[in-house]
Order: sequence, then C-alpha cells, then structure tokens
Amino acid sequence: MDALKDDETVLEQAAAWKTEGKGVALATVVSTWGSSPRPVGSQLAITGEGNFIGSVSGGCIEGAVVHEARQVIDEGGTRMLTYGVTDEMAWEVGLACGGTVEVFVEPVE
Amino acid sequence: MKSDLLDRLLADRDAKRAVVLVTDLDNGGGELHYPGEGGDGALAEAVAAAARADKSRIIEHEGRRLFLNVNNPPLRMVICGAVHIAQPLSRMATLAGYDVTVVDPRAAFASAERFPGLALSHEWPDEAMEALGPDARTAVVTLTHDPKLDDPALLVTLRSPAFYIGSLGSTRTHAKRKERLSAEGIDEANFARIHGPIGLDIGAKSPAEIAVSIMGEITETLRRKLD
Repeated sequence: MDALKDDETVLEQAAAWKTEGKGVALATVVSTWGSSPRPVGSQLAITGEGNFIGSVSGGCIEGAVVHEARQVIDEGGTRMLTYGVTDEMAWEVGLACGGTVEVFVEPVE
Repeated sequence: MKSDLLDRLLADRDAKRAVVLVTDLDNGGGELHYPGEGGDGALAEAVAAAARADKSRIIEHEGRRLFLNVNNPPLRMVICGAVHIAQPLSRMATLAGYDVTVVDPRAAFASAERFPGLALSHEWPDEAMEALGPDARTAVVTLTHDPKLDDPALLVTLRSPAFYIGSLGSTRTHAKRKERLSAEGIDEANFARIHGPIGLDIGAKSPAEIAVSIMGEITETLRRKLD
C-alpha cells in the first residue's frame, strides 16, 4: 500500500477503533522546518493498547508519539510535541536529511 | 476531536467533497469548513486559499492558533483513447493517487480485460467529458491520434478549469490541431493550455516510458506550476 492510500485510511481506522469501544488518539503533523520525512497533515491514529496506523515521520518518532498519545487517552487534554529529527535518526530510516516536526496529539472523544 | 466530527469528516471525504478541518491548537476544538461556501471573512479566505494550494497549515486568527487540515477530493485523470500507452499510464496514475477514467467509444479498446479495475466510458468523448466535468484537480490526456475522437474531448476540456491538458502527436500534428480548434473558436491563449507534443522530453520510446514522461509532466504542472 502506498503512502498516500495509507494516509487515507488512518481516520477510517480511528473511527472503527472508536466504534469498537477502544480509547483512540490522533497525532497530526501541524508544522515542519527544514527537510522532514512526512508533510504537514500526515497523521497517526493510536489506541490505548498502543496499536497504531499511519505515520508522522517515516519511523523515527512514532514510538515517542505513541507513548504520549496513550497518556492523552488516559488523561484527556491535548499536547503539542516538538521533535528534531536529527541527521543520524533520519539516516536510520533511510532519509539523509534533518528537520523538525511539530505534532499535535488529541483524543477522539 | 469529537467522534461525531470525525464521522462527518469521513462522510464528506466519501462524498468527494472538499473540506477543511479547522482545529484550535490551544483547546483542541474542531470545526469543518467548506472552501468557497462563505462563512467568516478572513477565516473563510484562509480556508479557501489552503484548499486551492492543497496545503495544510497553521494560521493565526483572532489571537488563536488554528490548524487548517485540507481534505481535497482525489486528483482525477481522464484518458481519452484506450490505446497501448493508456495501459501503463492509467496504472501509474492510480499509484500516484489519481481516480482514473478511460474514455473510448471503441469498446474493444476500452475493455475490462485491458484495463482491469478502472472506470471505463464508451460514450463519444465530448459526451463523456461533459458527464465527467473536469475540475481544477483533473488532468485530461488525449491519446487517440484521431481528430474525430481527440478534438471533441479537447473542445469540452478547454472550457473547463482542468489543471493539465495534454495531447499525443508530433509538432506537425499539433499545428494541424491548432488550425482545427481555432476554426471551432478556441483562441490562442486557450489552445496554449494544451501540452503538445505531450510529456517531458526524456527520449521516451516504449509505451511505459512515454507514460513516465506524461506522468512527469503532469506532476510538474501540479506541484510546481500551480503554487
């Protein structure tokens, strides 16, 4: 499945998880500086158990975002997360670039 | 985000309606806005501009920090002429995220065997184009080489805001096309919207290579020239 189609199914999956009664949060890239792997608007949907679909970085920060998202599901409220994607991290996911992303995390209520 | 807001957003996307989700980044409150359908002045303008550029972004509005998340309907491509080049081109365009329709009144050409899983139209090209209604997120490509089929498609397309129009054929073929369309009332500036000979000049030879050059030119037009 290509990246574009994956993006298109993130919200559908979030709604489906919600219907199943799961705790769900959405993480959205709201701004980027420099070269960043995923464009503004890219999304990740996360469940309380830590399952997720989509991407906000191409792999470098998903783990940290999932961790924050689970806290948002438990505690409510929203969070703005800022990550510097270092050259080294970017290199590990196959992107020879650096950049910064701002990710907004909110619960689906 | 509220569950019912998410459901409405998904319903709009299913209906292929352009919608912008506006989220207040300070309190998480969300609203759906429809570009070009009125509403509060400055915000409605920002919503319309973001949708036009197909770019989600943060704006400052009345002291609030708002995130505009653009959900535009899928890009569309209409290919007139179910010829050999149309086979790889339709597959590449599908991969690139386009909803593709292949138009050819010759049912043997536009067959499900040759174009599995694709929308096919066997109407005459002008009727097909009228029905499809190319918009500003539609690319139209004519590939038949046959003025009887290509010209009617072009005449309808040139009255639409299609963001890309391309026609297969040599420089000489294109010059003759210009004479014919000009006799039908297409002026110089409008005719200039047609990319002909079609595609980037990369020395493409095989049908798949020519499809790459066409897809490259469409991508360049969409991503570089519309901004």
